Amino acid sequence: MKTDTIAAIATAMSDSGIGIIRVSGDDAIDIVDKIYRNVKRQRVLSEYKSHTIHYGLIVKDDESVLDEVMVSVMKKPKSYTREDTVEINCHGGVLMMREILSAVAASGARIAEPGEFTKRAFLNGRIDLAKAEAVMDIIHAKNEFALQSSVQQLKGSVSDKIKGLREEILYEIAFIESALDDPEHISLDGYHSRLSAKTDSIIQELNQLLDSADNGRMLKEGIHTVIVGKPNAGKSSLLNRLMGEERAIVTEVAGTTRDTLEETISLDGITLNMIDTAGIRDTEDLVEKIGVEKAKSITKDADLILYVVDSSVNLDESDRQIIKMIQDKNVIILLNKSDLNEVVSEEKLYQMIHTVSGQPFIKNGKVIKTSTKEESGISVLTELIKDMFFHGKISYNDEVYITSIRHKEAIRDAVNSMLQVRISLERNMPEDFYSIDLMSAYASLGTIIGEEVGEDLINEIFSKFCMGK
Amino acid sequence: MSEVREKVDVCVVGAGHAGCEAALACARLGLETVIFTVSIDSIAMMPCNPNVGGTSKGHLVREIDALGGEMGKNIDKTFIQSKMLNRSKGPAVHSLRAQADKAEYSRAMRKVLENQEHLTIKQAEVCELLTEDYGISVSEGSRKEDRSDSGLAARKITGVKTFTGTIYECKAVILCTGTYLKARCLCGEAITYTGPNGLQPANHLTDSLLSLGVEMRRFKTGTPARMDKRSIDFTKMEEQFGDERIVPFSFSTNPEDVQIDQASCWLTYTNEKTHEIIRANLDRSPIYAGIIEGTGPRYCPSIEDKVVKFADKKRHQVFIEPEGLHTNEMYVGGMSSSLPEDVQLAMYRTVPGLENCKIVRNAYAIEYDCINPRQLYPSLEFKNIKGLFSGGQFNGSSGYEEAAAQGLIAGINAALSILGKEPVILDRSQAYIGVLIDDLVTKENFEPYRMMTSRAEYRLLLRQDNADLRLRRIGHEVGLVSDQLYEATIRKKKAIDQEIERLKNTVIGAARENQEFLTAHGSAALKTGTNLAELMCRPELSYEILSEIDPKRKPFPNDVVEQVEIEIKYEGYIERQLRQVEQYKKMERKRIPPELDYNDVSSLRLEARQKLIAYKPVSVGQASRISGVSPADISVLLVYLEHWKQEGNQ
Repeated sequence: MKTDTIAAIATAMSDSGIGIIRVSGDDAIDIVDKIYRNVKRQRVLSEYKSHTIHYGLIVKDDESVLDEVMVSVMKKPKSYTREDTVEINCHGGVLMMREILSAVAASGARIAEPGEFTKRAFLNGRIDLAKAEAVMDIIHAKNEFALQSSVQQLKGSVSDKIKGLREEILYEIAFIESALDDPEHISLDGYHSRLSAKTDSIIQELNQLLDSADNGRMLKEGIHTVIVGKPNAGKSSLLNRLMGEERAIVTEVAGTTRDTLEETISLDGITLNMIDTAGIRDTEDLVEKIGVEKAKSITKDADLILYVVDSSVNLDESDRQIIKMIQDKNVIILLNKSDLNEVVSEEKLYQMIHTVSGQPFIKNGKVIKTSTKEESGISVLTELIKDMFFHGKISYNDEVYITSIRHKEAIRDAVNSMLQVRISLERNMPEDFYSIDLMSAYASLGTIIGEEVGEDLINEIFSKFCMGK
Repeated sequence: MSEVREKVDVCVVGAGHAGCEAALACARLGLETVIFTVSIDSIAMMPCNPNVGGTSKGHLVREIDALGGEMGKNIDKTFIQSKMLNRSKGPAVHSLRAQADKAEYSRAMRKVLENQEHLTIKQAEVCELLTEDYGISVSEGSRKEDRSDSGLAARKITGVKTFTGTIYECKAVILCTGTYLKARCLCGEAITYTGPNGLQPANHLTDSLLSLGVEMRRFKTGTPARMDKRSIDFTKMEEQFGDERIVPFSFSTNPEDVQIDQASCWLTYTNEKTHEIIRANLDRSPIYAGIIEGTGPRYCPSIEDKVVKFADKKRHQVFIEPEGLHTNEMYVGGMSSSLPEDVQLAMYRTVPGLENCKIVRNAYAIEYDCINPRQLYPSLEFKNIKGLFSGGQFNGSSGYEEAAAQGLIAGINAALSILGKEPVILDRSQAYIGVLIDDLVTKENFEPYRMMTSRAEYRLLLRQDNADLRLRRIGHEVGLVSDQLYEATIRKKKAIDQEIERLKNTVIGAARENQEFLTAHGSAALKTGTNLAELMCRPELSYEILSEIDPKRKPFPNDVVEQVEIEIKYEGYIERQLRQVEQYKKMERKRIPPELDYNDVSSLRLEARQKLIAYKPVSVGQASRISGVSPADISVLLVYLEHWKQEGNQ
């Protein structure tokens, strides 16, 4: 009996150095063979002996190189899952692991369910009985979490879009099916051209979704970045510069940003989930106080903190509080307004840090000079963020990346199903063939928003179309 | 007073479409069988529409026939018009439907029953099921030693008792009570406590079932009025003819024998006037007035329902169909109703052609007791009562064909159980019957269940044209299909395979005569050589057309050619479905031991655990289709089952 082949990132996503993508199942070797080349650019994976490791390349469709890797091949039953297993050891950057996993998925593997490798290992007799309970608990917990995060991480607009597309598809299936079940009441005359147009528009919308999945615009994903600093230090201006448009309200009056602002920006493919906090300082203004409290709590969960210091104004008690809050975090301190008269130098800053934390500097911190007004230092900042990211210094919730690959896979499946509908239309197949692939598209999209097919179709048929007798 | 005691193997309760198939299957397998009916004159009666088959139902009849059932043969003997529906669509949804001569259909089936060896017909109302303790005794916590199975049953069937006090001892009972249990009919304010067509209801059996712990529910259905043919003006209607070339239902009927002169049906429409009358009188409809408690079917709504739910539709179709050749009664398809008689008459008389109609029988709604079928195994045996089987409307389905299909399976499995053999369980990839039964015993049904092609996810494989190829083997193994018939099917299969192989291997070069042939048929010229099978995939070409460039072809019967053509033309689609089936079967093959206690599976979510305990699925596949059981629950279950197996349980 053939088992389908699953793939997942086996190392923690935040690790630097080496990342491992594990592929297991009957087609594991064939699947990796499609994207692996040896140094002579040959497809040779299937010729390797079991339990050997090889240097080579992972390539894209056009044979351009994605990464240099070491690939190990373990043939069944001597592997963790007791199935044919291939492990791709690649460079540990998150983006790279994600791209390689994506390539493996495109070659025919399915993204593993949470706990699935362990489940297979167990089902194939690899793990002893004592662990059975634990395995079940892991599956249970991980699935609950994955399902939750999968739906939660989806942006509202994307989830609405998918729901809308599903409704459109379901309507078409229900129409076809009603006509098939009750041909004397419901006619399919002229339906071919209507569905043709519909199919094209659905494919187009799905492709747009796929693009947004690629650009990370589908999920509330990204490095959880918080901008802090005293009022009027230039936090909102920084956000605006990074986004390239005026979004936050920037005024000369201290404390304009009453609540937090949230924006997602992409720096050369790295997604930053930016939160601009109200200026932190002791304040009597109740409304602003809420903003400050929130800022404190948000800072706690941040992956990266951008601390904006107005270098033209002396450090004070507020800065002391901020430093206290962020001393254990990944921090980039921006000595802003470098175009104005410098009052706060790097030394003065380090002195303050020393008095607050007892350390000469913030362990995971960097200091740079910027002027958001003149945009100087912004490119240094982005380079710095990218550098920290690629070297794995910034860790974050990795589940979201898996989710996004899963979503992409689901949309891609839906596109393929819709293309199949178009082929059937072009070949002038009878109508019942369309609904088979429409149904697959419907089911694929359902996995993204956590909805199964169930009795949807039957209910749609009866609610939208007047059936017989 | 001495009571009458009889001893038989099987008692079938009810002689409708389910009961007839069940009884015939048991008797044909050599078991002494009694079939009970409240009226011998109502054997295989059709109290609603006068036809057999239709979309997806036609598939069921073909499957019944392939397995060795009677329905297909009986309708071939008694139809008066026949049509292959959806002929312009894909082969998977072609569906045969025949108008029946109702009286003839009933008479012909009765004749078959009366002449069946080992079968006795008895006019009597079965009031009580007799059982004895079987299985786990609560006090001792152990199983009975003589118990041969590992099922869940706590009791076992020993016989039935009739209203007159006669006891029939038996090893299995098959309940096919249709709409007779505590039936009541509603025609507006007029309520009668009768079964269909004013027949005597069965009022006692429900109590016996309840006392055995069977969960009962109440469903409703309805039927339109019958008109006197002489009062109808057919000139205002469109005549609907049967097919020119008639295809029989049964694979063993010679097509030449069914080319008869056919009766016509007629099409007319309701209009705004009709709808106005209905709307004005809705408060007198028992459904809208809340008198009916039962759940009605959405797929054959009453005309009241249609007018209310689809208010924007200006008209609805009405089919006037003959009830037989020797009667003036005409069935008014599309206008079932439970409105009072005066409203019915007014409403029908707004329809063109029915202005002066005379109603022979009023339309009515009927309510009846039935069971929640999740109490059944897919073999249609009750989980908690060994030897008790059921089929048809009693199981919460609707339709003659759905009933017959379940009756046949219940009959086969009752017989196999007595003979000590494994039950026949068709899965969703094998037959519409499999889909039907799986849906009934696995899904939550809140209305009478009707078969639909959209319910069959592998329908490209489950065509009406290949039911014999799919199921004859099983019918033969069971013992209902003769060696001779089975061998014919094997020969057919062989011919199909060989011809497909030949077509795939017959090379067609780019020679001039081939190119000319293609051009002549509006088909693109060849750039390189190809084969006949490839050419057949082109929409504009067919097996027949290709005969011009296929001189080596041998003549084959039509049914072989049909299969060859379908299998080649739709090969890509069929292969995709086969791959899906492979995945599906994996989970079906993982059996869940009946004694598994879901309370021991700690990581299941609460909802899933409750559902699994209620449904007691036989396989992981079935478990996965229960609503409320998530993929993660299934993973947990798989791990637990493996654990269980390794610990040495069975």
